[in-house]
Amino acid sequence: MKIKSFPHGVHPPEFKELTAEKPLEQMPPSEKVMIPLLQHFGSPAQPLVQKGDEVLLGQKIGEGKSLFSASVHSSVSGKVLSVESLNHPGGSPVLTVTIANDGQDSVFPERRGEKNPFSLRPEEIRQKVKEAGVVGLGGAAFPTSVKLSPPKDKPIDTLIINGCECEPLLTSDYRLMLEAPDDILKGAELARIATGAERIIVGIEENKKEAFELFQDKLQNSPGEAVLLKTKYPQGAEKNLIYSLLRRKVPRGGLPFDVKIVVQNVGTAKAIWDAVKDGKPLYERAITVSGQSIKEPKNIITRIGTPFRDVINFCGGASDEANILVMGGPMMGIAQWSLDVPVVKGTSGMLAWPAPSLSREYPCIRCSRCLEHCPMGLVPTQLAKYVKFDLFKEAEDWGILDCVECGSCQYTCPSKIPLVHWIRLGKNKIISLRKKSA
Amino acid sequence: MPDKKLILQSSPHFKDRDSVPKIMYAVIVSLAPAVIASLYFFRLRAVILLLACVIACVATEALFLWVRKRPFHSLYDGSAVITGILLALTLPPSLSLELAIIGAVVAIALGKQIFGGLGYNIFNPALVGRAFLQTAFTADMTTWIPSLTDKIDTATYATPLGLLKFQDAVAQGILTPLKNLFLGNTGGCLGETSALALILGGLFLLFRRVIDWRIPLGIFLSLTAFTGIFWIADPGKYASPLFHILAGGFLIGAFFMATDLVTSPLSPLGTWIYALGIGFTIGLIRLFGGFPEGVMYSILFMNAFVPLLNRYARPRILGERRKE
Repeated sequence: MKIKSFPHGVHPPEFKELTAEKPLEQMPPSEKVMIPLLQHFGSPAQPLVQKGDEVLLGQKIGEGKSLFSASVHSSVSGKVLSVESLNHPGGSPVLTVTIANDGQDSVFPERRGEKNPFSLRPEEIRQKVKEAGVVGLGGAAFPTSVKLSPPKDKPIDTLIINGCECEPLLTSDYRLMLEAPDDILKGAELARIATGAERIIVGIEENKKEAFELFQDKLQNSPGEAVLLKTKYPQGAEKNLIYSLLRRKVPRGGLPFDVKIVVQNVGTAKAIWDAVKDGKPLYERAITVSGQSIKEPKNIITRIGTPFRDVINFCGGASDEANILVMGGPMMGIAQWSLDVPVVKGTSGMLAWPAPSLSREYPCIRCSRCLEHCPMGLVPTQLAKYVKFDLFKEAEDWGILDCVECGSCQYTCPSKIPLVHWIRLGKNKIISLRKKSA
Repeated sequence: MPDKKLILQSSPHFKDRDSVPKIMYAVIVSLAPAVIASLYFFRLRAVILLLACVIACVATEALFLWVRKRPFHSLYDGSAVITGILLALTLPPSLSLELAIIGAVVAIALGKQIFGGLGYNIFNPALVGRAFLQTAFTADMTTWIPSLTDKIDTATYATPLGLLKFQDAVAQGILTPLKNLFLGNTGGCLGETSALALILGGLFLLFRRVIDWRIPLGIFLSLTAFTGIFWIADPGKYASPLFHILAGGFLIGAFFMATDLVTSPLSPLGTWIYALGIGFTIGLIRLFGGFPEGVMYSILFMNAFVPLLNRYARPRILGERRKE
């Protein structure tokens, strides 16, 4: 069998052995949870509760009103302590509902399950997914109901289930694939119905052979298939995954819809199933807690809103030499400066290790490694130079907005130039200039 | 984990271990066989020229860093040492010490620092130094001595390419044997005489992934094609492509000069155009130009196109349509 892949990319060290064999463990809910009203790509949800209110597990506490938004639910039962702006692991402070857990986990009564989910019509599935506040759990946290609503003029033929988990260290998707393959496939089937796709393809990297064989087995007598992919970063990046599996190129600035494809992460597929089958809102998720400095690396299922500090303590704490704490994977994750931020829907991992001191930056020697490894076919060093000199028009012409910030360029740069940082700065400036002129 | 120690940094948080100094030192290691060969064939002359060029290059670099108030750590990246070694290896063994030093100063000053130092120069610094010497001191730069292992006792001595150009070597039957070219038992610049040593170093650089394989291959292909056509047409007048590959500065140029990271193009397409252009220009100069050898001018000539190639031969972005 030929193993599929995409051109360019990098091979960072994986360190997945730290947690690959650790089954998902349910972490007991914290005494206090902090639930931000913005945990997704889009506009924040509107608060539905105020200080002093009693809330139940799974009760909606924030309403995602606009199209690009998602509702937010309480992950414990208890009393609302405050609704105020608090630090968010994504960077800037966000309006956050803090709830004192009464330890009862009293479930919100209005939870409506579905006896026969597969008989639902596409819009009913989308509605239930939206109601449950499901967002993409791969990291970008794009509202799932939007992804399940392809425009009428863009028919979908394939639903891709992304089981790549190409970020080093992370293994929670792998564990989900091993421990809940049926839920994932049923969720995928619902997503297939919702998008009108004809078939399902599950893409899994070679380093997760066990999961691949399991899915291959389960999909034997179905129109779906599991496909083995080369272990290479960023295999799980949407546009690269589509190219690897189907040799289709998403047009610049376009969406997978444009090539008749919808991609969902394995965790999202399971969340879709939970949302439709049991009416269970997205109030907990699987995350990998790992890294050299975490004393007991684990895969856990934790409630949204759990402070990082509690998660790390649950995993034996972190050793003193740790000086970097990352939410997500080491390639695209966000460095944290505080342990008092909550787990959000987009938190796929929590990693801590002693980072080596900053390496000296050298001038670009035009070795061309950044473009040799860029999975999007960009020239990162040139983009960084344009941004440095405020040449935003040129940067745009050279495709700065096509950058997915995967970090392959900076990973491989021998001059240690913070290329992604420059590119991100340029993207932000271009977008804010556009807003100004609009 | 104490919060206060946490470092904020932009992703990615993993970085490859390779670095600029490591790359530069790999290049120095790759030059070792050629340096050893030059010491073997030219003995004391090689020692003098190598030391003079390296010391003068590093000193000039230090002087410029001091004048420009730049941090001195860039002195230790190894790039000035490489320029010194490369320049020495392309000098005639009989060249005087003063001229070697002048060449080295020009290489660093006008070839590199004037543009802003490492990473900003347009032309290969060692070749800038050599081109200056060639133009200013033509006689010194075209006087050749036989290598110490060559037992020919003649007052005047010509390089294999010189014989080919000025003495009609093919027709006269005095073409240098390929075996001598391969092992280095012949006249020529300090480091270009032993093909074997240069190939060893070049393979190391390819294996270490420092240089782009397209460059030596592209130059090889176009030079072979160019000289091959004439050789097939009239083997009684023109030398074979293999002779052109092994003689003169082809190997040192293709493996060590044209592949200079800073002065070669970024994109694969640009790199192909650049490499094919160098090979073609070498052939043109050797067969029809006024000089017996054309590697240096060919590389400098194509260096000039690199900014243009970087601009117009950029890679295609994923999902980009051909022409809209």
